Amino acid sequence: MSSISLSFELAGCVAVILLLTGMPIAYWLAYSNWRSKFLLESIVALPLVLPPTVLGFYASLAMGPRGLLGKLWIALFGHGLAFTFGGLVLASVVYSFPFAVQPLIASFEGIDRKLLDASAVLGAGRWRTFRRVILPLSLPGVVTALVLSFAHTLGEFGVVLMVGGNLAGVTRTVSIEIYDHVEALEYGEANQLALLLLAIAFGVLCLVYAVNRRVWTPAWLRWPGK
Amino acid sequence: MAREVNSSSLVASIRKQRPETASFLLDVSAEAPPGITILFGPSGAGKSTLLDCVAGLARPDAGKIAIGEEVLFDSEMHVEVPPQKRRVAYVFQTLALFPHLTVEENIQYGLTDISGQDRHARIEEILEAFHIGKLRNQKPAQISGGERQRTALARSLVTEPRMLLLDEPLTGLDAELKAAIVEDLRAWNAAKRIPILYVTHSREEVDALGERVIAIDNGRVVSRGAPMEVLDAPRRKRLALAAGFENLLSGTVLDLRELDGVMRIRLGESQCEIEVPLAHASAADAVQIAIRAGDILLASERPRGLSARNILEGRMLSLEQRGAMCIARVDCGVTFVVHVTPGAVRALELAAEKRVWLVLKTHSCHLVD
Repeated sequence: MSSISLSFELAGCVAVILLLTGMPIAYWLAYSNWRSKFLLESIVALPLVLPPTVLGFYASLAMGPRGLLGKLWIALFGHGLAFTFGGLVLASVVYSFPFAVQPLIASFEGIDRKLLDASAVLGAGRWRTFRRVILPLSLPGVVTALVLSFAHTLGEFGVVLMVGGNLAGVTRTVSIEIYDHVEALEYGEANQLALLLLAIAFGVLCLVYAVNRRVWTPAWLRWPGK
Repeated sequence: MAREVNSSSLVASIRKQRPETASFLLDVSAEAPPGITILFGPSGAGKSTLLDCVAGLARPDAGKIAIGEEVLFDSEMHVEVPPQKRRVAYVFQTLALFPHLTVEENIQYGLTDISGQDRHARIEEILEAFHIGKLRNQKPAQISGGERQRTALARSLVTEPRMLLLDEPLTGLDAELKAAIVEDLRAWNAAKRIPILYVTHSREEVDALGERVIAIDNGRVVSRGAPMEVLDAPRRKRLALAAGFENLLSGTVLDLRELDGVMRIRLGESQCEIEVPLAHASAADAVQIAIRAGDILLASERPRGLSARNILEGRMLSLEQRGAMCIARVDCGVTFVVHVTPGAVRALELAAEKRVWLVLKTHSCHLVD
């Protein structure tokens, strides 16, 4: 498998997993009145400030044959987690977590609380309120979360190197291949891949900002007055 | 019949401390039989907190809330019905229409537990009753303010609630539109007969709607009864201001004339003395007098042969036209605000600096705490 399709597959898996796991956590962080929720907020934001090597280091320890996760994985699937695609997905999910959760929190918090009160007095429980009111009104946040976690995973380097190693077709992503080409002084090949990543990153950010500034709104995201 | 009506009244008796201002305590007992009960008071009095508690969006610290036989909240019995199960409809000041749903989808929102045919009939009925059938496929941002208010009322009432809470739902509408919506609401309620608790601080709305008024100030019920009784003789300063008493003057009691049923008051530090109805006070007490600007007569010559006891000489300070009404400020040692018509301004050739006389009936002067 080429490094490009591998990178896309990884980023796609991570983005989908992050959206599904990020939503309940963002919901709780946005609406809970628990006073100590700053603790969880800090944990969610940690990957923003930690060097990828720190995260990658602990992730590879945990996934190794003597780590808790590694042992669990071996017991479940009969093979180790380190230096596999699965391990890479797991570490990337942790690393990109704030990129999915923070836009979701922001858009959940941006919804007028009176709409949630109105939904409650009209008889709707939490799940119905989430499905009928919160989710449709935070679609731009959902798009941002999806796109940013996809793009951030596509561009990561340190964690992939620490956790995945550099196995062609298994864990060698585009960013690592660029590094390999540069090491080997193959600047032409490095440049092609680097330009590709640059173009994708720029396109993706344009999409996010355009949706949020409502310069352009896809039809399925559209409702009048917003 | 009387018993049946009684059985679905709201009875609430609650205490609640506001978390953000420790000094504020809501401590009220309120009753609302079927029909419209106005909750009147200055902003910050605790009106919305009371509504939130009835709806279940806020939890009282102690007390009991019941509609008819059904207890919604009882701190002693540990009963707290969640808002979803109370069947108490609530129209917020901001209306809180769902912006991504059409008028019809907004109205359908609360109708989950009834089936297709029935549901369709209910929606058609309410669209008709509130004259919004043509708007069914529009979103809230595409319709006018009055139409949004109608949609919010329809959305709440289509669920056939046990009671309706309205938190200044008609703010910002012109009088004509307001009257039309109130008429639709009245017509609807004539058939359904549920208690409606209607928060407002607009005197006009009270006069248009009022069957009963509960006046609250600073977390307490200060008076209750028919609108005329509650609002035309306010016993509290903040309530007087809210009820449209433009003149609030402090004075000192000079003497009591029990036989005449009056007492004389000196206003402020001035030489200005007026006669007001006798109240529980003694000489040298400090008192507050509330007088409506519309209850004061203005003359360009010293009037004679009047029954009114208070005739004060003064000087016009300013004159300002607001719509079909002129607001005159007159200095008689203390400043009075007087409402006159533009016609009177022309007839009396009123202008700043002109010498004028104010005429106040004794019973237009209300003592307030």
